[in-house]
Amino acid sequence: MTATAEAEPDTQQDSTSTNTCFARFINVQKSYDGEQLVVKGFDLDIRKGEFVTLLGPSGSGKTTCLMMMAGFETPTHGDILLKGAPINGLPPHKRGIGMVFQNYALFPHMTVAENLAFPLEVRHLSKAEIQRKVERALAMVRLEGFGDRRPAQLSGGQQQRVALARALVFEPELVLMDEPLGALDKNLREEMQYEIKRIHADLGVTMLYVTHDQTEALTMSDRIAVFNDGVVQQLASPETLYEAPENAFVAYFIGENNRLQGIVTEYSETVCQVQLDNGDRVLAKPVAVSGVGERTTLSLRPERVAIIRGESTGFDNRFSAEVREVTYLGDHLRTRLSVCGSDEFVIKTPNAADHAALRAGDVIDIGWTMQDCRALDA
Amino acid sequence: MSDSPSTPLTTADGVPLKVSLRRAVRQSKLKALLLVAPLLLFLIVAFLMPIGEMLWRSIDNPEVSSSLPRTVVALEQWDGESLPGEPVYAALAEDLKAGQKARSLGLLSSRLNYEMSGMRSAVMGTARRIELIEPPYREALIDINDAWGEIDTWRVIQRESSPYTLSYYLAAVDHQYSPSGDIVAVPDYLQIHGTLFWRTFWMSGVITFLTLLLGYPVAFLLANLPLRHSNLLMILVLLPFWTSLLVRTTTWIAILQSQGVLNDMMVALGVIADEARWQMIHNKTGTIIAMTHILLPFMILPLYSVMKTIPPSYMRAARSLGGRAFLSFRRVYFPLTLPGIAAGGILVFILSIGYYITPALVGGQSGRFITNYIAYHMQTSLNWGLAAAIASILLFVVIVFYLVFNRLVGVDKVKLG
Repeated sequence: MTATAEAEPDTQQDSTSTNTCFARFINVQKSYDGEQLVVKGFDLDIRKGEFVTLLGPSGSGKTTCLMMMAGFETPTHGDILLKGAPINGLPPHKRGIGMVFQNYALFPHMTVAENLAFPLEVRHLSKAEIQRKVERALAMVRLEGFGDRRPAQLSGGQQQRVALARALVFEPELVLMDEPLGALDKNLREEMQYEIKRIHADLGVTMLYVTHDQTEALTMSDRIAVFNDGVVQQLASPETLYEAPENAFVAYFIGENNRLQGIVTEYSETVCQVQLDNGDRVLAKPVAVSGVGERTTLSLRPERVAIIRGESTGFDNRFSAEVREVTYLGDHLRTRLSVCGSDEFVIKTPNAADHAALRAGDVIDIGWTMQDCRALDA
Repeated sequence: MSDSPSTPLTTADGVPLKVSLRRAVRQSKLKALLLVAPLLLFLIVAFLMPIGEMLWRSIDNPEVSSSLPRTVVALEQWDGESLPGEPVYAALAEDLKAGQKARSLGLLSSRLNYEMSGMRSAVMGTARRIELIEPPYREALIDINDAWGEIDTWRVIQRESSPYTLSYYLAAVDHQYSPSGDIVAVPDYLQIHGTLFWRTFWMSGVITFLTLLLGYPVAFLLANLPLRHSNLLMILVLLPFWTSLLVRTTTWIAILQSQGVLNDMMVALGVIADEARWQMIHNKTGTIIAMTHILLPFMILPLYSVMKTIPPSYMRAARSLGGRAFLSFRRVYFPLTLPGIAAGGILVFILSIGYYITPALVGGQSGRFITNYIAYHMQTSLNWGLAAAIASILLFVVIVFYLVFNRLVGVDKVKLG
């Protein structure tokens, strides 16, 4: 993971040369009605063997990008390159890209084995070879012996595995997945996430994955492109997205986050002071502000706020807060506070043995460092 | 639960669970029954009873036994080898006298005439003079009409004295009883129903195939266009239903006749000479064209309802897996539409073998269906027994097709609309 994060600047330097990246979107735009852009200038380089996720709320344009890569939608503007060659005019069946669909799209009138054999038959492989590859693919998704069943006789998770096997059986170098786990329940979804990760690691295949589930994206991806409103808000590794969101949308969309609104009153490259709307002053790290007088949203992760007993040490910001509500969540406690003019300020504290029980109405001191408090766009 | 029948489940107060359940659902069952009762009653009176009547009429044979009761009894002892004795003739004279008084011999004479030509005049002629004759009746009757002196006449009367007969069904398939009682084909020049049945079936097959050919792409568009466009297309498909069937059929006459729109256009364009105008109406071509048009919606709608349930991702999956467009269609999409094809096919086929008005109007002599002969026997020849037998055969064929369809596809897989 760290390797990917470090490698990130390289990609940006290398983006002009095509041989390091496997698939590219170059300034791709897409409009369905000629009036609105669904995708506004999408750039993405995918390296060979990488697992890249397009993450965003529904309607943000991420599935459209996937469909353009697969060849089911044509870009209104821009180029899509695969192994250095533009594929804009190439029909879907000549692209050799495996795809897993949201509702699996297993052919209901064929058995599992026939489903898996389909991509091999259209490639005119020999019967023996088809059988060998189908069996290997079934073994890969741990469904040996299920070849004669019909898709309708399988559970959702099993159908998902078959769909995965079918997208991989003809050994494509790139596999696209369109919210493949959306129809599964939570436990199965988590199990399948690890399954897909394992297969990705085993085969070294390049994967482009679309989801609106941030946990899924964080668990599986090498890099995540956060989409909103047809634009990539940030493209980075999971750690970077979580620890260092570049704008308010990413901070809000990835993980939980406290948001405080205010105006920059003092500014330097490394630190700024923000006067909140209720008058409190907070020290923050300037990320998306550039001078005094700008409105900003401060983003602060709930787990980076500490409860201070006695003398404070090393906290740039310290406030007195009133406890509104405590929710017990087993491994941690989620406490809602009234502080800095907000009633929705949340902190998370580990459920440690020495932890004093908080009650609604208690007044406590909380604090956080300037580094953890990021001044983003308003 | 079912593996312990010795201890049936009971509710908390000891009532067996099944009894309790029956009580609980009785009210709702009763309500459901009341809701369908008017329609049920209507169907029984207006649909099931006429069908029963039709089936009954196709084998019903009351004429001989009711008009010649004494003769029938007297003939019971007859050996069928030589002419019957005087008592039989006496009984016949008695019966004819009674029949002439009651003026009830018309049906009998027609009925016997179906079996043996000349019997109408034999019966009616003898009856007119029955008051004048005196015993011995045998000579007197043979004197009036030679038919009474032939063994075959008596064999027919004896055979048809049974209250049921298969002779209508035999006639429907161009067969008859020979005088000696064997089943034989009617002479070639009288064979008409077989040709008509065959023509009805193969033309219905052609019509079904044409509706499929024309309807499949339309149904595909209907199922895959954006809603705004598909709604418009759906209205166009349903538009014919808002026009009278008669109007649609006569429109085809206006278009297809030799001085019609199409021929005029072709002549004007120089495609055909004025003397060589196409004969497209009052023959098989006319029937096929008009009926294909009229039955097209019945193919499109079941196809559409099946295609609507096929998500576009199936074709996309097939394409992404490397299938060319046509191959993906043939291997993935087409097999999934088979229930729709079967449903539309069976619907159009059954409708068209029972179609009457369009072949009657545009079919001419060569494009007529068996249904037109049912109407002929109902209205013109008044041989209702034969009409009922032909109609019963059609009903039987439809039921067979339906059962085969149900076996192969399953009726429950078909949704309309």
